[in-house]
Amino acid sequence: MDEALLRSLTPSVLGILVRRGADFAAAEDAVQEALVEALRVWPAGRPRDAKGWLVTVAWHKFLDVTRADASRRRREDRVDEEPPPGPAPTVDDTLQLYFLCAHPSLTPSSAVALTLRAVGGLTTRQISRAYLVPEATMAQRISRAKRTASGVRLDRPGDVATVLRVLYLVFNEGYSGDVDLAAEAIRLTRQLAAAIDHPEVAGLLALMLLHHARRAARTAPDGSLVPLAEQDRGRWDTVSIAEGVGILQAALARDRLGEFQAQAAIAALHADAPTTEETDWVQIVEWYDELARLTDSPVVRLNRAVAVGEADGPRAGLAALAALDASLPRHTAVAAYLHERDGDPATAARLYAEAARKAPDLSERDHLTRQAARLNARRRH
Amino acid sequence: MAKYLLLKHYRGAPAAVNDVPMDRWTPEEISAHMQYMNDFAAGLEKTGEFVDGQALAPEGAWVRYDGEGRPPVTDGPFAETKDLIAGWMIIDVDSYERAVELAGELSAAPGAGGKPIHEWLEVRPFLTAPPTITE
Repeated sequence: MDEALLRSLTPSVLGILVRRGADFAAAEDAVQEALVEALRVWPAGRPRDAKGWLVTVAWHKFLDVTRADASRRRREDRVDEEPPPGPAPTVDDTLQLYFLCAHPSLTPSSAVALTLRAVGGLTTRQISRAYLVPEATMAQRISRAKRTASGVRLDRPGDVATVLRVLYLVFNEGYSGDVDLAAEAIRLTRQLAAAIDHPEVAGLLALMLLHHARRAARTAPDGSLVPLAEQDRGRWDTVSIAEGVGILQAALARDRLGEFQAQAAIAALHADAPTTEETDWVQIVEWYDELARLTDSPVVRLNRAVAVGEADGPRAGLAALAALDASLPRHTAVAAYLHERDGDPATAARLYAEAARKAPDLSERDHLTRQAARLNARRRH
Repeated sequence: MAKYLLLKHYRGAPAAVNDVPMDRWTPEEISAHMQYMNDFAAGLEKTGEFVDGQALAPEGAWVRYDGEGRPPVTDGPFAETKDLIAGWMIIDVDSYERAVELAGELSAAPGAGGKPIHEWLEVRPFLTAPPTITE
């Protein structure tokens, strides 16, 4: 419980230190130390003003380090002379921090790591475990990212799109190790949505909630992947779905469509349907058309071909697929699916086996192999 | 304790006894196989012998340095003749005999017809760091 509270306070505490004139990298270290101190001391009695406590402790940690470093003597004097600031507008501090950690001068993997640590309040160890790299490697990645970020001057407003891309990356990493990255991405996006009024932030939050709602139904007890059509929809989290749909509707009403709102709209149409057959595929195709207009991504056109196959029949889906580059990831898997729907199990089985060889992850490979096996077994009988 | 690499091949290993491609198994046989592999890794974690396990995609390329100021040369995807690694498991065990015993157990994973695959696995000892006491 304390950890959740601590982590929610992390960005504003860091923001206050930076605002007081602390260098970003040093401030971030000081905040991490204060978090560790809090986890040690708070069990004996949590301070009434948790945030004030953290600011004070982090500030002293920062001063200790600054004082100990003789070469920084001059900066220390300057910092000490500065008057204590009034109550900082923490919403802005938090927002600035998001922009800084997702700054375009950082590589995507650096931006992800820095966001999880500086905004999310995760430890380097937790982040390294989540991404399955050695802790020393992650420590270096974060420290290099902090050096880059320290040199950034945020004199212009940041671009929300870069922040959203980072949060989307975190969400897509899903669950590995002891940190639930999908849940963490939702928490950070929710926090961002509270700090800035932007329909695409709302769109991304809705998209995450709608996908997260299906999580329990997406894997079988043996760990294998369960495709959307076969999921037990009774296991979908209706509370998350309702929240996602509500957020999406409010965002769409503002008539500033973006790719995340369009993706969320597709997820909402799936969430709304009692079965695959009763899904409003015609509307889903229309949303894919919108998405293709917004992003021109080949992946979107591939997904559109699947939707066309459901809306207008497998032949139409195959025709849409024929217009796309066959080397696209998952192209073969989609072709296999559409050929099966078209009543050609032999071609479908061959394509499923080929798609399995090209699959980018193990659960997808297993799933595609099973599809090939299912069709081959049926043909033998 | 000594570390061993158990290597599984897509190509290049001698043919297994029960050598049927997985897409010709029944879905139930695939499930049984997956369960066996998961249980095997979980068992090694419980005995304190598991280090790492990873799978590799069959696609890849050869790459080499091509001189100052020039981009590296690539050659690939791999030709059909290449010995092709599918994945590995690293174990940390008391003896070579134990490594062989575990590799045998892994090779007994069920395949087509629910019968063991008898797949050939390559067992390779790690070169170790020098011991502290040498004389």
